[in-house]
Amino acid sequence: MSFSNLEQLYRQVIMDHYKNPRNKGLLQEDGYHEVHLKNPTCGDDITVQVKVEDGKLVDLRHQGTGCSICCSSASVMTQTLKEKTLDEAQNITNNFYELVKGNEYDEDLDMGDSPVYQGVSKFPARVKCATISWKAAEQAINELKK
Amino acid sequence: MSIDVNRIREDFPILKEKMNGRPLVYLDSGATTLKPQAVIDAVNCYNTKTTSNVHRGVYQLSNDATELYEGAREKVKQLINAKTSSEIVFTKGATHSLNLVAQSFGLYHLKAGDEIIVSELEHHSSFLPWQHVARVTGAILKFIPLDSAGHITIENFKKVLSEKTKVVAINYVSNVMGYESPIKEITALAHEVGAIVSVDAAQAVPHMKIDVQDLGCDFLSFSGHKMCGPTGVGVLYGRYDLLNSLEPIEFGGEMIDIVGETTSTWKDAPYRFEAGTPVIAGAIGLGAAIDYLESIGFDAIAQHELELRQYAVSELDKLGGITIFNRDAQTGIISFNIDGVHPHDAATIYDAEGICVRAGHHCAQPLMGWLCQPATLRASFYLYNTKEEVDAFVEATRKGKEFFDGVFF
Ligand SMILES: Cc1ncc(COP(=O)(O)O)c(C=O)c1O
Repeated sequence: MSFSNLEQLYRQVIMDHYKNPRNKGLLQEDGYHEVHLKNPTCGDDITVQVKVEDGKLVDLRHQGTGCSICCSSASVMTQTLKEKTLDEAQNITNNFYELVKGNEYDEDLDMGDSPVYQGVSKFPARVKCATISWKAAEQAINELKK
Repeated sequence: MSIDVNRIREDFPILKEKMNGRPLVYLDSGATTLKPQAVIDAVNCYNTKTTSNVHRGVYQLSNDATELYEGAREKVKQLINAKTSSEIVFTKGATHSLNLVAQSFGLYHLKAGDEIIVSELEHHSSFLPWQHVARVTGAILKFIPLDSAGHITIENFKKVLSEKTKVVAINYVSNVMGYESPIKEITALAHEVGAIVSVDAAQAVPHMKIDVQDLGCDFLSFSGHKMCGPTGVGVLYGRYDLLNSLEPIEFGGEMIDIVGETTSTWKDAPYRFEAGTPVIAGAIGLGAAIDYLESIGFDAIAQHELELRQYAVSELDKLGGITIFNRDAQTGIISFNIDGVHPHDAATIYDAEGICVRAGHHCAQPLMGWLCQPATLRASFYLYNTKEEVDAFVEATRKGKEFFDGVFF
């Protein structure tokens, strides 16, 4: 293991999302459904809001504290899933879970910036950091489907 | 009183392994320690030469196993200077021991309004069992306020001690701060009001000479795996008259005296607390670990850890930009953060360099709240660590700082 793996992990895109997070801050408006998740082992703590209209994710927001991988991934997730239908969002999310584990994934799906997280697969201890916001969004969507 | 680290390192086969292609630098002995060949051999020997259950067979093999198992109990007794080996219960680990005290004593002896004193410095295993007892019985949990550096002091202990206090449950050495609590003084004060004292010594017994009779505490718990022993074995020491008056929390084979259809009676302590087949291989391994540590000497081990700690702190200070949370601790634990870098990000840098340090809340969430940190980094030293390893650790810290300064700012 070397610093080139680290550089791979902390690619510029990730650092950019960490320093300048998109869609950050929760909204107190109607129509947002919220899920709060914590990773008790490392203290990552993230809240995700989703807004669905006509079966489409019209907005996603996030807020929380955690490491750079966790916080940047929340930003990337909100960008990637915005304007997607609920089914598309689920497919993209599942695809993301595969790519962070270093498994084969569908490169034809519109994954936004999220493939930069492939570097995480070399650091299995960090997979949870990269996926926690995606899990929160997934849970929010599933709760809305009920 | 110095120790020959290079010779000691020969005793630990795992130190020949590589981590991420680099020599393993293991600085997480607070979580669990590496195992010397003598311990591995003792466990192997039981599994290959003396396998059989204890206290049951009338045949020679079972006799041999029983002697080894009870011999380990005797070693523990001597290690902590208990009065008799009947005061030594083998458990699954410190967590099991601490729960045993809370349930056997707490659930039967506490009532609504009684008070249990704990501290914000506790490991979850030390205070959660009492939080549960408080919920069930209506007793009240009181936290010793920490001083400005995070110590438990006698002065602050007196502020929460009262006639209502029935139990004091505190750590001997904090797994995050590495501070030593004034157990002897606290025990004397607690006994004046008739309270019992249960000590979480998981981070103390591996690193210093302990004398339970001198401390005067009623219970003391620790784990084998944090002192070069195997996982899955721990110890509960209990003052005999008190221990022998408690109800068991687990029932089954080997703990019984006479069994009837509606009521039964139990063996005397320690056996009433060892239901079922005990951790035979684990206890034998722990016995070997005690022999090993005593052959090196606890004072020498403590001295070595302190030297490494002081060296590491002074080198980290030279780097700048490092916050150390337990500057004045006298044990081998350093809790710190690299300013501006989340501990989880930092831990990955160490990992890439083959260095094992802990990142997280260290099973001490109340303390993280007190420190106002979501998590911290912890390096913890033991007898096999070297100055060169401290250098590698400090160098990785420097690289990490540089790397993140580069990507973040
Ligand atoms: C202070 C303290 N108490 C209790 C424990 C629990 O020990 P175990 O997990 O071996 O039961 C630990 C282990 O991390 C500890 O550091």
